[in-house]
Order: sequence, then C-alpha cells, then structure tokens
Amino acid sequence: MPYKIVASQCTSCTACEAECPNEAISEAGGTFVIDPDKCTECLGHFDMPQCVAVCPIDDTCIIDTKLPRYQAAE
Amino acid sequence: MHTVSPGQAKPMVQLEDLMQSVAEHKGCGTTGGSGKASCGSSAGEGDMPPEIWEKVKNHPCYSEEAHHHYARMHVAVAPACNIQCNYCNRKYDCANESRPGVVSEKLTPEQAAKKVLAVASTIPQMTVLGIAGPGDPLANPEKTFKTFELISKTAPDIKLCLSTNGLTLPDHVDTIHKFNVDHVTITINMVDPEIGAQIYPWVFFNHKRYTGIEGAKILTERQLQGLEMLTERGILCKVNSVMIPGVNDKHLVEVNKAVKSRGAFLHNIMPLISAPEHGTVFGLNGQRGPSAQELKALQDSCEGEMNMMRHCRQCRADAVGLLGEDRSAEFTTDKIMAMDVNYDLSSRQAYQAKVEVERQSKVAAKEAELETLAGETSDIKILVAVATKGQGLINEHFGHAKEFQVYELSAQGSKFVGHRRVDLYCQGGYGEEESLDEVIRAINDCHAVFVAKIGGCPKDDLKKAGIDPVDQFAFEFIEQSAIAYFKAYLDKVKSGEIEHVSRGDASIRQGAFIAAE
Repeated sequence: MPYKIVASQCTSCTACEAECPNEAISEAGGTFVIDPDKCTECLGHFDMPQCVAVCPIDDTCIIDTKLPRYQAAE
Repeated sequence: MHTVSPGQAKPMVQLEDLMQSVAEHKGCGTTGGSGKASCGSSAGEGDMPPEIWEKVKNHPCYSEEAHHHYARMHVAVAPACNIQCNYCNRKYDCANESRPGVVSEKLTPEQAAKKVLAVASTIPQMTVLGIAGPGDPLANPEKTFKTFELISKTAPDIKLCLSTNGLTLPDHVDTIHKFNVDHVTITINMVDPEIGAQIYPWVFFNHKRYTGIEGAKILTERQLQGLEMLTERGILCKVNSVMIPGVNDKHLVEVNKAVKSRGAFLHNIMPLISAPEHGTVFGLNGQRGPSAQELKALQDSCEGEMNMMRHCRQCRADAVGLLGEDRSAEFTTDKIMAMDVNYDLSSRQAYQAKVEVERQSKVAAKEAELETLAGETSDIKILVAVATKGQGLINEHFGHAKEFQVYELSAQGSKFVGHRRVDLYCQGGYGEEESLDEVIRAINDCHAVFVAKIGGCPKDDLKKAGIDPVDQFAFEFIEQSAIAYFKAYLDKVKSGEIEHVSRGDASIRQGAFIAAE
C-alpha cells in the first residue's frame, strides 16, 4: 500500500515504472502514480524500494502516511 | 532552405565515386599528414584505414570537416536514467536552452521513426540518427533498440549512433552490434573513484543505489569494460569528458590515456555548463566552468595521444540540424504528424553528391593556399574567429552570428580549435553595447574576426579591443581565407608594419541561449 509519488516533483522520466517488481507504477495525467493495492514496498523483492532508489529527484517517491504500511503475507 | 525538389536533383556525379575521391585526399581538412589533428577524426586514408574513414566521413560528430556539411538528429526516446550527475538536473526543460539532458517532449519509438523520416525528407544532408537521452539510452533498452529497428527498416541509409553513461553498456554490446550501431559515445569523467565521488552522488545498479566511492568504482569499471568490448567488435567509440576545474581537470589527462589504451577513437573534452539557474548541484554550489584557454590547453595537451574533438556543441537530446544550429522547433510532434513525408533516397543521394563537390572544392582551395606558407619557419600562432552558417564559408553577418568558429593559424596551416557561442548581437535596439561586450569577451583570445558583413560601430569597437574585423573574404572558404590572412600577417610582422602581440583569455558562454525570434 504505502509508497506514493509526489506529482509536483515527478519529471515523468519513467525510470521507476521499469524497476517496480509489482508493476504498480503507471503514467497518469503526465506524471506517474503508484497503485497502492499493488505496492509491497518491495518487501521480499529487494533491500530497498526500487522507485526510491532510481528516482532522480529526492523526496519524490515517499511513504503515503494516510495508508497503513504494507504487511508481508504470513 | 535546404530542401531539394526532385526536379532539381540531377545526380551529375555518382556518390560512390565522389566518396572514393574524398577518401583519397585528406578529407578532414588536415592536409599534409600532420598526424593527429583537431578535426575529431583527422582524416582520409593516410591517417586511418579505409573502413574507418567510411564510418566517419559523413558523421558530423566524428569528423570536424563533415560537421560543416552534414547534419544529425537526436530523438528523445530514452527518458530514464540510472545514475545521478552533479552537472545534471532532470527537472530543467526549456526550449531556449541547448545542452545535454534537455528536451521539450518525449517520443515513442514509433513517433521517433516518423520524425526521422520527416527530417530526412526535409534536410537531405541529415546523415546520422543518435539516441542520447534525455536520460540514458541503455537505461531504456527496449525503447532505444525498438527505435533503431524501425529506422533501420525505413531509412537504411542513416547511420545509427548512441551516447551512454556506460553503466549498463557491457550488457548491451552484442545488441548494439546486432543493430549495426557503429558509433557509440561513452561519457567518462574519471577513472579514479575518489574523483568520481565528487561528480556522481549515486548510481543505480543491480537493484541497489550505490553512493560515493563505491558507486563511482562500479561506474568506472563498467565504463572501461564496455569500451573494451565495443572496440573489440570494431565499433567506433568516442569518449566525452566534462572538464570540471578543480575536480577532474588535471585528471582528464589520465582518463585520456586510459581510454586511448582501450581503443577509443576520439576524445571530446567539453566545458562544464553550470549556470545557477539550471539548478544543478554544480550550478548551485558555485562550481565554475573552464575558460576558453583552459579548455584549449587541456585539449592541446591530450592531442599528442589521440584525436581530439573540438567541434562539439553540447547539443540537446532532441537536437536537429547542423551542429551549430538547432531546427528542432520545426519538427515538433504536432508538425510532424501534419507533414507530408516523402522519403526519397535518390534525391537525398543527389543532394549529398552536391555537398561532396562543395566539400572537395573547399579542401582543394585550402591545399593550394597552404603552399604559400611553404618554407615559413615563424613560430607565431594566432587564433581567428569566423562567422559562418555552414558549408565551410565565411557567410554570416557579424551581428547575426550565434556562434563563432575558432581556427588556429601557424606556419603549419590552419586548424579548427573550437567555437564560441554568443547571443545575437543584432537584436534590434536593446542592450547592443552590452551584447557587443559579450561577443568581445567570447572571442577575446582571437586576433581577428572574419565576417560576411559588419557595421561601422562594432567594427570600431572590435578594433579598440585589439581584434581585427575582416570582411574582405566575404562568402569565401574559411580555411583558404584564414591562411591567406595569416600569410599577410606574417609578412607585415616581418616588414615591421605591425608588431605581434599575444592575446588574453576568453570566456565560454554559460547561460540560456536566447533566440532572435
């Protein structure tokens, strides 16, 4: 659930879309958005969230505090 | 302006025959086997094997001489990047700005293929298609190679080219080879990770972000490995290096040796662009770029080692046209879609045959003029600035020049050593004195400026600044005229009519390019 993209910061460079292991990222209205139902914070895939690691602008892919953190399935 | 209607495109001479005769003289304009020259590929068959000459002779970035005649285009299909550079800010996009990493609109591979056909039909001397970003082409491998695939089918005469930071290059060398991409540029700013850490805050590699020295170490290893793999396969490699004074300026001599030993064909040392308004790390922390003479001194010191490119205009990732011009605004997606594209290979070839005739007459004229310097032993060297629209001619009005090309003249002849971008001096009224001062600062290391025409006031001001305004060679060949001027200059020095004094330094234009209209 938890990552979101700050639209005003997004350069629409597409880098995160290709790196997301959950295919949770897509273009919408000129910038990119994360589907909260698909985002797993990259838990079980990688050590760090891929969108955060590849994004050229700091503080653009951030935790969405309005939503509960992703819980890995038991 | 450069369109050829089928009616006038009579191929008087076969292109192959012409290309052959071009190959038989020193095509890059460096006559007389003076070895490595400034031209960015110093020449015809005397200096390089015919198969290499075949690859560079009409590539404007790989041959200095070709860049006066042939155009290139970039298509912005590769927005993603996998490293962060302190001289880049991905948020910045301005149509009036000309520098790498900047575009006005992204294209899909299909749109890019259409754009290439539209440009090729409009600009018959456009011979090269490059993918250079605005991110890294090899961080977008599907889009990059799909674009190459489409273009190689629809416009097979166009050379394919790409420019990369090299991080993922080793993974893609075989695909590059498969698509017949025979020119690859790698940006290599360091071979020492400690220096790299000052240029690259991080790299994204194998699903991890590596920072500092660790990141820079991965980057340099991958770059050098990729370079070796390319040259083993006979793919021509150009290395771009950004000269950052106090960070890597002295180190670039080491970079030059490292890339030469791995088979790089050409080294392009470019000045850092770091205007604060670009919002880059270097722009904001006050890191300065080099002066014109600092850049030239470094290029000169590397020249004994390998071919140096000095005609790079640090163009945008969607640039279209001759290197000194940008016609991308004529080819926006909207305009392309409305264009009636008629890709006619034979009229392109006919036009290029005409270009080759021009090119050969220019080189022949230079060679003839060079004979007048035979026996000269003077060690005097001077720089001259030239206002030109292309074709190797002095054909631009002083006030309309957006850049000046700079040639070094010595007893050995003439050599292209760089260019200086300037804002238009003639903008109709406002701030003319200010912009004239700026032009003078940009060519302050030159003894003379050659123009097609110049007004009385700027002429006087140039003279006051010690720069000789020369309009007697209007619409003549640049190098032939420059040699004739230099011969006369030497004669006047000998007769005591004038005293030779050396010039000062000049500044490299940093800010946004301001178009006239």
